[in-house]
Amino acid sequence: MSTQLSTPTDRQSAEALARSKGEPNWLVELRGEAAELAGTIGWPKPEKVRIERWNLTAVGNYEQPTAVQAISELPEAVRELVSEGTENLLVQRNSGSVWKQLAGELAGKGVIFTDLETACKEHGDLVQKYMFQAVAKDEDKLTALNAAIWNGGVFVYVPKNVEVELPLQAILYNDNAEAAFAPHILIVADSHSRVTYVDCVISEPGAAAGPFVQPSIVEVFVKPGAHVRFGSIHAMGETGVDMTIRRAIIENDGQMEWIIGDLNDGNTLSDTKSILKGQGSTSDAKVISVGKNAQQNSLTTQAVHFGKSSDSNMVTRAVMKDSASAIINGITKIEHGATKANGVQTEKVLMLSPKARGDANPILLIDEDDVTAGHAASVGQVNPEQVYYLMSRGISKQDAERLIIYGFLAPVVSEIPVEAVRGQLQRLLERKLER
Amino acid sequence: MATHFVIDGLKAAIDGKEILKGINLEIKGGEIHAIMGPNGTGKSTLASALMGHPKYEVTEGTAVLNGDDILEMGVDERALAGLFLAMQYPSEIPGVTNSDFLRSALNARRGEGNEISLIKFIRQMEGKMKELEMNPEFAHRYLNEGFSGGEKKRNEILQMMLLDPKIVVLDEIDSGLDIDALRIVSNGVNAMRSEDRGFLIITHYQRLLNYITPDFVHVMMQGRIVKSGGPELAERLENEGYDWVKEELGIVDETVGQA
Repeated sequence: MSTQLSTPTDRQSAEALARSKGEPNWLVELRGEAAELAGTIGWPKPEKVRIERWNLTAVGNYEQPTAVQAISELPEAVRELVSEGTENLLVQRNSGSVWKQLAGELAGKGVIFTDLETACKEHGDLVQKYMFQAVAKDEDKLTALNAAIWNGGVFVYVPKNVEVELPLQAILYNDNAEAAFAPHILIVADSHSRVTYVDCVISEPGAAAGPFVQPSIVEVFVKPGAHVRFGSIHAMGETGVDMTIRRAIIENDGQMEWIIGDLNDGNTLSDTKSILKGQGSTSDAKVISVGKNAQQNSLTTQAVHFGKSSDSNMVTRAVMKDSASAIINGITKIEHGATKANGVQTEKVLMLSPKARGDANPILLIDEDDVTAGHAASVGQVNPEQVYYLMSRGISKQDAERLIIYGFLAPVVSEIPVEAVRGQLQRLLERKLER
Repeated sequence: MATHFVIDGLKAAIDGKEILKGINLEIKGGEIHAIMGPNGTGKSTLASALMGHPKYEVTEGTAVLNGDDILEMGVDERALAGLFLAMQYPSEIPGVTNSDFLRSALNARRGEGNEISLIKFIRQMEGKMKELEMNPEFAHRYLNEGFSGGEKKRNEILQMMLLDPKIVVLDEIDSGLDIDALRIVSNGVNAMRSEDRGFLIITHYQRLLNYITPDFVHVMMQGRIVKSGGPELAERLENEGYDWVKEELGIVDETVGQA
């Protein structure tokens, strides 16, 4: 059995674990404080989804990772995600990193790509400057819990003016529901740098059979003129709960792109937010989700504009089967003083069964006159006129619906930056959509 | 086998309201039939009922194409049997590229195990697009999304050319076309004229028939074909309007099923 406590951790055990792993003092302290906080504050409260009814306590216990000597030792489900010939790969299994590799050329330019635990030891000053600065550890029980127990994780640092051509890839997987699996991903792109990071967060099929919770946090810092593309596919098993908070802080003329595939089989809370701090900063977020069985999904995208002439675009598309539900929130907030800002959002849900449920809640909060903003939302079923049109050309009903559903998701699928991951996304979609 | 299409006593309703009140029409391979008539007389309903639009219910009659009643078939089976309808308002399908759609349609027709090679398909598609003076980028655009009225109509003709049907129904293909586009679309249709293909052209205006000369012209009113003749009938309708037909037949209100 996983640990089943009303408070999943406490100060003593969090600190003891941190010390036993040889973590620096500042981190031991941070974890202790966070563990105490986790016992006192509440879970996040997304619109219309009562996550406190989910099994949120099965956070598991720390499992000592064992490094693999070669990619060939990794399970099939992981290997098939690896971009062919990549030299920039990190793999986390359950509670820790088991493989990491960075092209010598990038390391030579000062690029750091390692697990966050190692980074805390080897680049403590740098990590400390950014970790929990985009997401505060005391926002809610989820952020506090991650702060207390996060393990493995990813740290990316790209120095000034360095452009990383090939994507950095991380695969984070669990195969033991009783092991704590709580990554923290920290990306810092210094001024005028450029990087693409892609990860897959999966359960090894059939392996993580008991209930588990994955509380994870992603923090991205886009310094002036930098450009970060962040692609992520989550496909964990149906006994899991995925709660992922993603946040980027974008400075002057920085560009942030989010491409998210929420394809878990279990309940999912996904919240992706861009803080457009700098003048001329831009953010583009694309999220897709496919829900099946009785799965519940709370999908939120947010853009907060502080910078003048900042620009945000958010697109969420969800396909719900069976009695699955998706509550999609899009929040565009334009602060006073963010003149000439532009914020646009679209949320669409396609329901494939009469029992499926979808809800799209576009919210515009605007405290400045000189701005432009727009939103569009729709919830509906496959359009029978479209099916008729395709069938009138000889295409079978099943193929017609398939074309329409894939077309619905295409705006996001086509944007996934790594070929192997895009292929995997297609396979995952086919698996989840086949009827 | 020479194409032979016989519509016999076709009645159809929408929302329980009868629109087609018994259509009889015979089309042989090589023939072009035009159906003309004012708005609201059931012309487009005939096209939709033949194709099997889900909103229309066929209540009586048959439409036999080369021995098989297509009204007994699903929409996709009708297409595979050789019926093609160029629609007045083609659907827009976001996320599905025109070329993916065309290839799916072509492969559905060719059957499993006999799929067209990508190279051959592209060559065919590009050749036909050139004939229709379509910008090659339309292959990669999402199906009909953001197409102008004229572009949609050309795209319908492109599908017709690629799918090589036996019976082609053109539903108001000329509406919203400027003269240039009308000429291109008509050339496309004329290039497809053949001994084993029949056409049924539904139109409001005679001008299309200046480019595509019909063998037979039928006038539809009140959900029935009320008058048939040769190309000279279309010319008279263009010059004199429909009033003389109504007068001759004692029809006061030519429409059908209007609330």
